[in-house]
Amino acid sequence: MELCADPSVLAGWQWLACYLTTPKHQLFYLSFITVFALLAVTAPLILAMGFAGALARRSRFAPLRWAGVLYTSIVRGVPDIIFFLFVPIALDQMVELLRHRVKCPEVTEPVYRGSEFVVCASAKMPLQNAAEWVHQGWGFILAIVAFALVFGAFAANTLYGALDAVPRSQLETARAFGFTERQTFRKVQLPQMWTYALPGLSNLWMILVKATPLLFLLGIEDIVYWARELGGSKNSYYDYPHPDWRLWYFLALLVFYLFLTLISGKVFDALERRVNKPLHRGHTALSAEPGQ
Amino acid sequence: MKIIALPIVAAMALSTPVLADTVRLGTEGAYAPFNFVNDNGEIDGFERELGDKLCEMASLECTWVKNDWDSIIPNLVSGNYDVIIAGMSITDERDEVIDFTQDYYPPDPSHYMALSDAGDDVVEGVVAAQTSTIQSSYVAESSATLVEFATQDETIAAVKNGEADAVLADRGFLQPFVDESNGEFAFVGPTVSLGGGVGLGLRESDTELRDKLDAAITAMKEDGSLNKLIAKWFDGLEAGY
Repeated sequence: MELCADPSVLAGWQWLACYLTTPKHQLFYLSFITVFALLAVTAPLILAMGFAGALARRSRFAPLRWAGVLYTSIVRGVPDIIFFLFVPIALDQMVELLRHRVKCPEVTEPVYRGSEFVVCASAKMPLQNAAEWVHQGWGFILAIVAFALVFGAFAANTLYGALDAVPRSQLETARAFGFTERQTFRKVQLPQMWTYALPGLSNLWMILVKATPLLFLLGIEDIVYWARELGGSKNSYYDYPHPDWRLWYFLALLVFYLFLTLISGKVFDALERRVNKPLHRGHTALSAEPGQ
Repeated sequence: MKIIALPIVAAMALSTPVLADTVRLGTEGAYAPFNFVNDNGEIDGFERELGDKLCEMASLECTWVKNDWDSIIPNLVSGNYDVIIAGMSITDERDEVIDFTQDYYPPDPSHYMALSDAGDDVVEGVVAAQTSTIQSSYVAESSATLVEFATQDETIAAVKNGEADAVLADRGFLQPFVDESNGEFAFVGPTVSLGGGVGLGLRESDTELRDKLDAAITAMKEDGSLNKLIAKWFDGLEAGY
């Protein structure tokens, strides 16, 4: 970009074109990928956590059932933001503490010294001399765990309710046909559960999308971080001085999120139409409705 | 002790230089000209140049880490980085939690900045300051009403849009805003002397690193390079070290 070599002489659209393509703006554009990456990784994790939680709550083994109930009620009963602040710090310190115990058992000084948390150099997670992207990646992983834990509990509740909503008579019929318990679950209960689960899950997805700016709270440089950073007024220490433009940057985020939720809504509508279609012939013995 | 240590030292001297552990420098990146993220997306400013120089002098391998001002002390003590280099004034309160090197930027009175037609009594009105700064604790204890913001930039915006009558901040930070506002902003009211200059913040247990950096600062004061660096970034300000 020869054009942009000296921003101080630029004006009008040239200035704007150069301004919007600075390396700093490229970081802003890249941070949108962070948001999509978070969604792509957490969504399956949340579903897995949800299944684990729902199945635990349905378990015939009492301690497992209690664990399931405890998990869903604790997470759902505590404000999300507290979990988002608590989980990454707690997890980070737990990992470092464990590594410290394993890797340097010879260190006798306590790890907690007044307000300080000091582990030996080889127990650091990531290591002190690791590249910056490793540090950021680790922070991102901690964030993913926090998201999976919090949203997993809500998913567990939705799935638990959905599994329960499949008409009992159908399960009994399946058993009467000689299906084992496992077969009944996999062939009858699970496929039909989606009809009941999807509205709840689609709702959860929307909340998840709207919760992604919490990344900013966890110190991850996401789109909110860069929008605030780029939008703030810039004096002559910067190459492209400008007044407070946060309004425009936040407006861009607003439009972005609106589109994201709009498209998600359409996808979920299509999904719901699909699962609500009567099951394939051959399977229809259990759900045949006259006239369809 | 010496008998055991000698062969180790010898071995270290003979072997290829051991990769020094990286020192992580934590800064806010939103406090020009002390530290800011430039248009290349890199940390820039007085402290960037100073930090790199100090690391070079102390033969340390350093990397830069950005952290919000709010959590800059908690994340130091929990070990996310090793040094705070973020225009942080040395105060007794902070000294109870972390350690400071000597100051590398002299005590500089804080100034009130307001719209130029505001008059001097705005300092008794609604005053904006950044959270957890010497200025915010000062305003909290004064008769003025304090409004706090997470970043310094938001304090300026608050004065501009009338949410606050004035902002109290370091002169070094406010000066460019006054100079470049075409008369919209002006310094008003008295100046307030707060803090004991700006120093590097370290964990109290990190005495060795503190001594190294302290020695490097001393060296920069003695050879006059620190004065030059301050003059360069703060529009000819005479630090007088």
